[in-house]
Amino acid sequence: MPYRLLKFALNGKHTEPRMFRAPEKLKSHYDVVIIGAGGHGLAAAYYLARDHGIRDVAVLEQSYIGSGGTGRNTAIVRSNYLTPEGVKFYDESVRLFQDLSADLDINLFYSERGHFTLAHTDATLRTMRWRAEVNKHLGVESELVGPEFIHEQCPHLDLSCGGHAPILGALFHPPGAIARHDAVAWGYGRGADQRGVEIHQQTQVTGIQVKSGEVVAVETNQGLVETSRVLSAVAGYTPRITQLLGIRTPLVVHPLQACVTEPLKPWLNNIIVSASLHLYVSQSSRGELVMGASLDPYELHSTRSTLDFVEGLAGHLLELFPFLSDVKVLRQWAGLSDMTPDFSPIMGKTEVKGFYLDSGWGTWGFKATPVCGKTMSYTIAHDKEHELIWPFRLSRFDEYEQVGEKGAASVGH
Amino acid sequence: MKLMPCPINGIRPIQEFAYGGPFRPMPNPSESSDKEWADYVFHRAGEPGIKREWWYHIASGTWFIAERDTLKDEIVRTYLYSEEDRSL
Repeated sequence: MPYRLLKFALNGKHTEPRMFRAPEKLKSHYDVVIIGAGGHGLAAAYYLARDHGIRDVAVLEQSYIGSGGTGRNTAIVRSNYLTPEGVKFYDESVRLFQDLSADLDINLFYSERGHFTLAHTDATLRTMRWRAEVNKHLGVESELVGPEFIHEQCPHLDLSCGGHAPILGALFHPPGAIARHDAVAWGYGRGADQRGVEIHQQTQVTGIQVKSGEVVAVETNQGLVETSRVLSAVAGYTPRITQLLGIRTPLVVHPLQACVTEPLKPWLNNIIVSASLHLYVSQSSRGELVMGASLDPYELHSTRSTLDFVEGLAGHLLELFPFLSDVKVLRQWAGLSDMTPDFSPIMGKTEVKGFYLDSGWGTWGFKATPVCGKTMSYTIAHDKEHELIWPFRLSRFDEYEQVGEKGAASVGH
Repeated sequence: MKLMPCPINGIRPIQEFAYGGPFRPMPNPSESSDKEWADYVFHRAGEPGIKREWWYHIASGTWFIAERDTLKDEIVRTYLYSEEDRSL
């Protein structure tokens, strides 16, 4: 037994510092209440405290920190989207991610891998070219590459795809990266906590009180909290919160499933995505292949797993990498995706004064964590949408000004 | 395996079915305002609950209505569309 462990056992006290304080009771008033202690909510709390000097903030979490989408995504970070609005927004996020480990003083295992989106048809190739040109115009490293280049970078890939869907080319995005998603939430949480923000786990919001169109209080299972500003950062649970206020949104929740294989020696450096095969795969720093597919086909608020999913995914994976046939799936899980009809988020102010939405995170939420924290904290502090998120306001639907984001992971081309 | 009762063909695996979206009446396009029309086109009741939905049995080409609990993933009942459903 290591000496340190023995000493710890005999001492009986927690000698290691805790990541977070555990505040006992909710106060009766906060300047800002944030619903949801995932990456987005904690990032917003962190930047509110650090950049805007608003420290009297409570983050309420019905379960534990990072228990929702934050810990269930496949941890890919990229900015090679299709719409100029999307590219600018996600690129700011990638830039923030690149310095985030140092900022938060926690190792996020941020690892730039190069991101390939494979094209199996002429139509996909056309969309890829479009994306590459929009990306380059906005200063994002992104280009269309041919099969030779793909083979050079990823020699294990079967370019003929078993003969049925040969790879014609790919969109290559060198800054595409993966990160340790839990650590992002923990890092932001600790940073916010050190600046005076209270994180209340096991605290569920049961109602939001509104007087003459303004938020006045939040009801929780731990008591009533007065506040004039509330941020909902609960992704797949957003419709349950907006229902409390009677706010209509286009959000529909579908499960998104993912799985990992047993750990292998490092062999896959890149992130490989194929929209046509409904597959994305990368190798984590632990050696596991992390894989995801497209959305489940019907609305559901459950994180159950299905055999259909893992069978389909394994089939497509073998088309790309036939030698993986004897590799075992270690575990599978699902997360809730709050989908919007235009595959862009819904962020900013709402018809209720003091109620802010950070939602519509579908299949693209993790990569946006830092920029959401930045822009939502700005929006709350100034009661005015940050310019980067103005195109994503809820009222865009009433105004018929959607942002058609065909670069999202769940869109087939 | 997830099963669904088809009103015509009885209990079948859910892989034989396609989801056709929520059942909801369409407002008259020539009489509704832009905002009402946007509400119909875009906005949905996204919270969990027992929902009335269109489903399609692919093998037999049958469209029907299912009442489904979207929280528990349970099918409450299924039936063929009739004129009375229009007013619901």
